[in-house]
Amino acid sequence: MLSPARHDPAALPRLLLSLLALLLLWPGLQLSELNPAVLLEPNNAANMGGFLADFWPPAHDREFLSLLGRATLETLAIATAGMALALLIALPAALLASRALSLSAVHRGGRPAWWARLARWPVRSLLIVLRSVPEIVWALLFVRAVGLGPTAGVLAIAITYAGMLGKVYGEIFESQDPRPGHALMVAGSGRLQAFAYGILPSASAEMLSYKVYRWECAIRASVVMGFVGAGGLGQQIDLSMRMFAGGEVASMLLTFLALVLLADQISRLLRTRLL
Amino acid sequence: MKAPSRWPTYALLLALLLAVVASFRFLGIDLGSLLSGDSLQQMGQYAAGFMRPDFSPGHLKAITQGTLETLAMSAMGTLLAALLGLALALPAAGRFGALALHLTRLILNALRAIPELVWAALMVLAAGLGPNAGTLALALHTAGVLGRLFAEALENAPNEPAEAIRLSGGSAVAAFCYGTLPTVWPQLLAYSLYRWENNIRMASVLGFVGAGGLGQMLYVALSLFQEAQAATVILAMLLLVLAVDALSGWARQRWVSH
Repeated sequence: MLSPARHDPAALPRLLLSLLALLLLWPGLQLSELNPAVLLEPNNAANMGGFLADFWPPAHDREFLSLLGRATLETLAIATAGMALALLIALPAALLASRALSLSAVHRGGRPAWWARLARWPVRSLLIVLRSVPEIVWALLFVRAVGLGPTAGVLAIAITYAGMLGKVYGEIFESQDPRPGHALMVAGSGRLQAFAYGILPSASAEMLSYKVYRWECAIRASVVMGFVGAGGLGQQIDLSMRMFAGGEVASMLLTFLALVLLADQISRLLRTRLL
Repeated sequence: MKAPSRWPTYALLLALLLAVVASFRFLGIDLGSLLSGDSLQQMGQYAAGFMRPDFSPGHLKAITQGTLETLAMSAMGTLLAALLGLALALPAAGRFGALALHLTRLILNALRAIPELVWAALMVLAAGLGPNAGTLALALHTAGVLGRLFAEALENAPNEPAEAIRLSGGSAVAAFCYGTLPTVWPQLLAYSLYRWENNIRMASVLGFVGAGGLGQMLYVALSLFQEAQAATVILAMLLLVLAVDALSGWARQRWVSH
C-alpha cells in the first residue's frame, strides 16, 4: 500500500543541486563585487534620498523647457539623419553582399559559383563588424574623432544601422521570387535594371517596414548614446545627473518615455499608410 | 472600383524627405566639410592608431580579467533580476488582488522603460564606481523585463494542479511550488537565459559611465589616447559578442527547434 510521503521525496537532490549552483556562483559574486547593501549605507542613502526627493515636482520653468524641447528635437534629428545615412551605405552594401543579383547563379539554381561567393565575403564581413561593435562604442570613438555633439551620434547610428540594414536587405532580396530578376538579366538587362524592375517592386514593402522599425530603435539608441557625449536628450540627462538636479532628470525621463511612445505611434502610422 | 488615391502616400513620402533634410539642417551637419581632405586625413590618422592592437601579455591579462568581470556582472545581474522579477511577477499576475496587480505592473513598466545605461549612471551615483553599480543596473532593468514575461507565463499556466493541491489540504506555498512552478519552470529558464545573452552585450558597454567591465577599460584607454590598447579591448568585445551569438544560435538549434 502506498504511504503518502510527508516530505518532498526529491528534496535532497534538489538541495544538493542548489548548493552546487551556489558554489559555482561564488566566483561570479566575487568578480562582480555585488553588494546591494552599499545602497543602504547612511551616507549614500541620504544622497540618493535627496536626489529622488527632488524628482517631484519635475522641473518645468520656461528656460529649462526650451532647453528640453531643443534636446528632444536634436534626438529625433540624430535618429532621422543617422538612418538616412545608414540607408545610403546599406543599399550598395546589400547589393554587393546579396546573392540575388549574381549572374553566375542564374544557371546554377540560385547558387553562385565559388569565386562569386568568395567575392561577396569582404562586404559581408564588413557588415558583420559594423553591426557587432555596439553602437555606443562607435559613438565613443566618433566623439573622440569629431568632438562632442550630435555629429558623432549621427555617424555612430549610420555605421551600426548600416550593418544591420545591409544584412537584412541582402536577405530580403534573396527571399524574393528570383524569376523576374533572372528573366531580365538573361534577356540582357544590366544588374541595376534587373534589381530596380525585378526585385525592388516586391521587396520594397518589407524593406520599408524594417527601416521604420529600426528608426524606432535608433531613437532609443540616440538617447543612450548621449551619455558618452553624442548630443541629444541623453547628454542633457547625463549633465543633470552629475549636478544632482533631480527635478530636471525627472522631466527628461518623462520626456524620453513620451518620445518612445510617440515613435511607436509614428512608426505604426507609417507602416499602415505606406504598406 | 476606383483604386484608392495615392496622394496621401506621396505626401507622406515627401514629408519624410523633408524631415530628413530638416534634420541635417537642424543639427548643422556639413557633410561636405566632414568628407573634405583635411578632416578625412585626421580621421585616417586616428583610425591608423587602432590598426596596431596591443597584444602584450600584461594587457591581455587585464582584458581577460575585464571579460570575466563582464560575464560575472551579466550573470549576477540576470540572476538577481530573475529573483526580483519572480517576486514582482506573483502580484503582477493578479495573485494578491487588483490593487497589488496594478501597483506592481506600474513598477515593472517603470523599471523596464528606463534603459540599462541610465540605470547604470544612477547606480554609479548611488553605489559608487565599479562592477557593483553595473550589476545592480542590469538587475533593475532586467527585473522589469523578466517580471512582465514571468507574470504572463504565470497567468497562462494551467491552475488545475495547484487547485488540486489546495483542495487536498496543501498550503498556498506548496501549491505554488509543486502545482504551478513545474509547469512554468522551463519557460522561466528560457526567458532568463535569453535575457542573460542580451545582458552580456549590455554589460560590456555599461562601463562607459563607470560601471566596470570591458567598457570601463575602453573608456579609460580612449581617455588616455592609448589607441593600441583600446583596439584590443574593442577586438575582445567583438569576439565576446560573436561568441555569444554563435553559442546561443547553436543552443537554440540544439534544444529549441526540433
